[in-house]
Amino acid sequence: MRIGFLFSVLLIPFYFGMINSNITTTVVTSFDKNKTIPVYDFEELEPLLYTNDDKVYIVNFWAMWCAPCVKELPVIQEYKKNNPNVEVLLVSLDFAEDIETKLIPFLDNKGITSKVVLLDDPDANNWIDKIDPTWSGSIPFTIVFDKNNRSFHERAFNTIQDLENVLIQTTKNN
Amino acid sequence: MKKTSLLFMTVLFLSSFLITTNISAQERQGPPPNGEHKGPPGGGHNPEQTESLKQMKGYKIGDTAAYFKLKNIDGTMFSLSDIKNAKGYIVVFTCNECPFAKMYEDRLIALHTEYAPKGYAVVAINPNVSASNEKESFAAMQQRAKEKQFPFVYLADTKKEVFPMFGALRTPHVFLLDNAMKVQYIGTIDDNARSAKDVKVKYVEEAIASLENGKKPNPNFTKAIGCPVKAD
Repeated sequence: MRIGFLFSVLLIPFYFGMINSNITTTVVTSFDKNKTIPVYDFEELEPLLYTNDDKVYIVNFWAMWCAPCVKELPVIQEYKKNNPNVEVLLVSLDFAEDIETKLIPFLDNKGITSKVVLLDDPDANNWIDKIDPTWSGSIPFTIVFDKNNRSFHERAFNTIQDLENVLIQTTKNN
Repeated sequence: MKKTSLLFMTVLFLSSFLITTNISAQERQGPPPNGEHKGPPGGGHNPEQTESLKQMKGYKIGDTAAYFKLKNIDGTMFSLSDIKNAKGYIVVFTCNECPFAKMYEDRLIALHTEYAPKGYAVVAINPNVSASNEKESFAAMQQRAKEKQFPFVYLADTKKEVFPMFGALRTPHVFLLDNAMKVQYIGTIDDNARSAKDVKVKYVEEAIASLENGKKPNPNFTKAIGCPVKAD
């Protein structure tokens, strides 16, 4: 009886330890040294902009050369940390030849652990409208969506609260 | 005795997990994953993003552009009315540092060289000119124009009054005006920023050809990825 009680008490930290351990593992390995960033054209990217599952997605178009985008990344990163169920995809519009030498070191340096893909498709006039006809092509640009709802934001999110409000607004009809 | 050793083993076993967890937690602390980044990196940029396309006012196709006066890199004040016998104007919002703007510098020079004698001069305007940003300062504009030997005027939108008038959102962003100052084409220079040799459609040149033939450009509006115009 006493052993059984002690055993369950001992299991509690073990249980939490496992949870933490899992989160930590994801965070650490998602941007390790072997990280590769896939390079997509629009056709390959497009399926990632839609979902059938029950999660909420944030897709952010950005680039290292875009100062407001760089300023916004920590906001998205922090939001993801507080909301692990939300899926974040960072679509970099940087140059494919800079992935190894600039992009990965940049992400490491900033501690950005979200999934990153690079969109390399020169015909922007074609694919910008396919994403959102009201988007001018200026970045940062963010899509918030789930399987039923979708909203577009041609601006930077300056605070976590700002992003949080948009997620609530976007998904409130569920 | 048996129970005690079982308990002991359990404790040892579980402790090993806790140690592992702590180690990975420590590793994770290494680079602060969510550090507050005070100010953007990359040398003194201090941008504020403009609001979305829908909120941004500006010229639409067919609108008549107003005249404006801006300081050119040679120190003189420049107005479109200074260009005599113009058949149109290739007004382009561009800047020093944006990689996309840089990729188009040579193509802007080529456009001006070919079309200025035909009545369509390039008029470059830097909407991101900033005294506090050494890379986009007036002196830096002069320097860049000298390096690249810009054959066209390069104007500083110091008061940030001209780009909102046009509705320029990114660099480079072209507004082709006809001789009556009517906006005939808004958009990108061609369909491949990265590689001039892989360009399939030269939108600005096609738009000029349409005007020359007395037709409306088609398309008269295109989009492109570019650097944000900074309204600071």
